[in-house]
Amino acid sequence: MILRLAIASLFARALTVGMTILAIALSVALFLGVEKVRTGAKASFADTISGTDLIVGARSGSVQLLLYSVFRIGNATNNVTWESYQDIAARTDIDWIVPISLGDSHRQFRVMGTTQAFFDHYKYRQGRSLALTDGAIMDDLFDTVIGADVAATLGYKIDDPIIVAHGLASFTEHKDQPFRVSGILEKTGTPVDRTVIISMEAIEAIHVDWQSGAQLPGQSTPADVIRGMELTPKAITAALVGVESPLQTFALQRAINQYAEEPLLAILPGVALQELWGIVGIAETALLAVSAMVVVTALIGMMATIFSSLNERRREMAIFRAMGARPVTILSMLVLEAMVMAAIGALLGVLLLYIGLVIAQPILDSAYGLWLPIGAPTIREGTVLLGVVCSGAMVSLAPAMRAYRLSVADGMMVKT
Amino acid sequence: MTLKIADVAYRWPGRAAFSLTVPHLSVATGESVLLLGESGSGKSTLLSLICGTILPDQGKVDIAGTDITTLSGGARDKVRAEQIGVIFQQFNLLPFGSVMDNILLPLRFAPVRRKRAGDATVEASRLCAALSLPLGVTRAKATALSVGQQQRVAVARALIGQPPLIIADEPTSALDANSQAAFLDLLFGQTTTHNTSLLMVSHDRRLGERFDRVIRMEDIAQIERAAA
Repeated sequence: MILRLAIASLFARALTVGMTILAIALSVALFLGVEKVRTGAKASFADTISGTDLIVGARSGSVQLLLYSVFRIGNATNNVTWESYQDIAARTDIDWIVPISLGDSHRQFRVMGTTQAFFDHYKYRQGRSLALTDGAIMDDLFDTVIGADVAATLGYKIDDPIIVAHGLASFTEHKDQPFRVSGILEKTGTPVDRTVIISMEAIEAIHVDWQSGAQLPGQSTPADVIRGMELTPKAITAALVGVESPLQTFALQRAINQYAEEPLLAILPGVALQELWGIVGIAETALLAVSAMVVVTALIGMMATIFSSLNERRREMAIFRAMGARPVTILSMLVLEAMVMAAIGALLGVLLLYIGLVIAQPILDSAYGLWLPIGAPTIREGTVLLGVVCSGAMVSLAPAMRAYRLSVADGMMVKT
Repeated sequence: MTLKIADVAYRWPGRAAFSLTVPHLSVATGESVLLLGESGSGKSTLLSLICGTILPDQGKVDIAGTDITTLSGGARDKVRAEQIGVIFQQFNLLPFGSVMDNILLPLRFAPVRRKRAGDATVEASRLCAALSLPLGVTRAKATALSVGQQQRVAVARALIGQPPLIIADEPTSALDANSQAAFLDLLFGQTTTHNTSLLMVSHDRRLGERFDRVIRMEDIAQIERAAA
């Protein structure tokens, strides 16, 4: 009966109570939304590359190797010689190996030389393969497959010509060897979207007339001649490696790191991703802290609402007292009322979150490659909701204590 | 004896230091007593002492055989819930509750009274009918009623579960003369039927003829104001 009366009392103040509940609901939705984006971003980030057991490059730092080989950020300090690559590729514990050659660019996008095997073995978001929206994987020496962002930003279609620039943000272009767009990849939410992919041989081909980073004056080998040439690369930037059995990963990693002929580094992508996330993850913690403060603000708003309602409710409290209610009953009624408000707010917040997720999920996925799974609330989210209700009860103790003191002082007589 | 006060003294806390002493006041079982007093005569304080929401500095307050001055705050609240039905001057009802909610409210805090009421909703409907409230009024929102009806609902609430003592604080002052008479008829009808004691406070001496006994505040109590 007391609970029913408390709810009836809330209904009687529908406007202010509704606003309070709405504020709590929005703050809870925001908090849970940030939490969703945070875990989604983390998962998407960790899923940038999957299925690859080791990344091999010249010796530097693991995060640096990860950054330039997977995220196309920064540059390799050194290359891996073709001989070392061949040595590693020849090992029996290796299932597959994909070479990567970086260093050139097209507009703001990086150009990556690789083999057909890249399309078979590069996996993202728990083992998804790259797929083409249009065209085919490069067939000719001067064919290129471009990522979804490249196509969207530059408005490229199949068969459009592309001129690769030498180096990054460079004004010297490989004008003599224009490429043709043969395929456009589906959006993946990974750095592949922002990559122009050509074959390893093409990387060699466009550098035929170049020496020490500059084009030889007056020299320009015709494309037909280049096609006839031996285009074995002299060096690669990095290699993605899959092992026969996961048990061999560490042994292979050790073997590569101790490779005598050249200083090499092999990293576990998952570990390096974790390490990198540790660096970028500070921002998300700050975001989470801010949204937690929004929840606290909403709860304090509720406290203010209850405080301001006390004066007009002294009569109500006096009636309860006259009927034999103890001051503690008055106190617990106010706490109960706050908990009901917080609980309704929290549940409404969850509802808002799911509505928001249903609307935002496809948009976020296509625009940012950020996949937010819609599932049953997690235990963590349940804990958050419980925390909101408990915090609601706690902040309501302040006005409830005041009501307690008022009801002791007033008794059943209210001097109005 | 339903109510017996002996040698009670109460000093208000705080700045306005003044005190109320009541040497003797009693209300017998089934007796109706009108207590006349002007405002500021200490009526409200006396009612609070009887109801146990404040505790006297000395003396005894006996409610249906229990000296409530020896009890804890919670126990006094319990005695009030079980033994006393309270009717205010006005604004008796919780505006957001139905008439039924309001009538049943004291039973929530008084298990013995609840048991005595039997089927509480039936009893509440019976009281409403006896107090000439319209049929089906129990489902109405308390605020939908006229002031006179609200006062009668307050009587039903005070009477439910038959507490031995009814305390009424100027219950008729918000009513016009005709309604006053009708209200008192209904109230007395019920208290007589159930042999309930009634202590009503008023400043209107014309009501006196309907009561067994009329006492004046200044005859039973002294107020001392400390010199400023």
